[in-house]
Amino acid sequence: MPAGTLYRGREGMWSWVAHRVTGVLIFFFLFVHVLDTALVRVSPEAYDTVVATYKTPIVALLEYGLVAAILFHALNGLRVIAVDFWIKGARYQKQMLWTVVALWVVLMLGAIYPVLGHAARELFGS
Amino acid sequence: MSTSEKTAAGVGPVEGGAVYTVDNPAPFIEAPRQRTRKTPKSTRGNFELAAWLFMRLSGVVLVVLVLGHLLIQLVLDGGVSKIGFAFVAGRWASPFWQVWDLLMLWLAMLHGANGLRTVINDYAERANTRLWLKGLLYTATVFTILLGTLVIFTFDPNIR
Repeated sequence: MPAGTLYRGREGMWSWVAHRVTGVLIFFFLFVHVLDTALVRVSPEAYDTVVATYKTPIVALLEYGLVAAILFHALNGLRVIAVDFWIKGARYQKQMLWTVVALWVVLMLGAIYPVLGHAARELFGS
Repeated sequence: MSTSEKTAAGVGPVEGGAVYTVDNPAPFIEAPRQRTRKTPKSTRGNFELAAWLFMRLSGVVLVVLVLGHLLIQLVLDGGVSKIGFAFVAGRWASPFWQVWDLLMLWLAMLHGANGLRTVINDYAERANTRLWLKGLLYTATVFTILLGTLVIFTFDPNIR
């Protein structure tokens, strides 16, 4: 099998897989999120009780995962648009993927303190 | 126009000229999806093209709306710990954030629903499975969009 000529199993395929998986995960969260927000029509207490679970350390970790999924899906989505509409898009799809991954890593490092800080304070005291 | 002697094997009687003519001595190859008398007048239109374009247009808008939403809800001003009924009431007092959230709800739900439609079409091999999964998907999508829209429009900060 000549190297580098197959789409299967290379950057193009794996970014496509990751795009699908993150997309489905985000969609399922969106259902739950609209339902929990709808509780503002029930009572302030009902809403605040449910939102309190979003502030627990375990759910904070899930929020970090959600941010990870959304950031990848957003950045890779822009790459897909570039592949489709930019005349050199297909030629530079690999370079663009590694740019996406690098940006994602930087943003995820930056999100550690804002997203997980309050959970750390709760677990280890302020 | 008779198709008897001039039709080569494998070339169907389509509307148009004979298989060989003086100007066209080579075997005539039918265009793919050549219209015949049996072809329905109206085809199914360009739904898939519209869906493909919608994914890209809504995607660009959602990058701004969703990343802005995450920044406000999870990063700025104490992150998730500040969120509560009072915080929601404060933001939805402004039509700007109402429109922001309404647009985000509609675009994200339709973008996600179309994405899941693609996934179902790809992996559910039996026609019946596809039918039921998509029925469930569309029901849940319509319900969620209507519920969210209702909540944004009827929100009452003095509910009690």
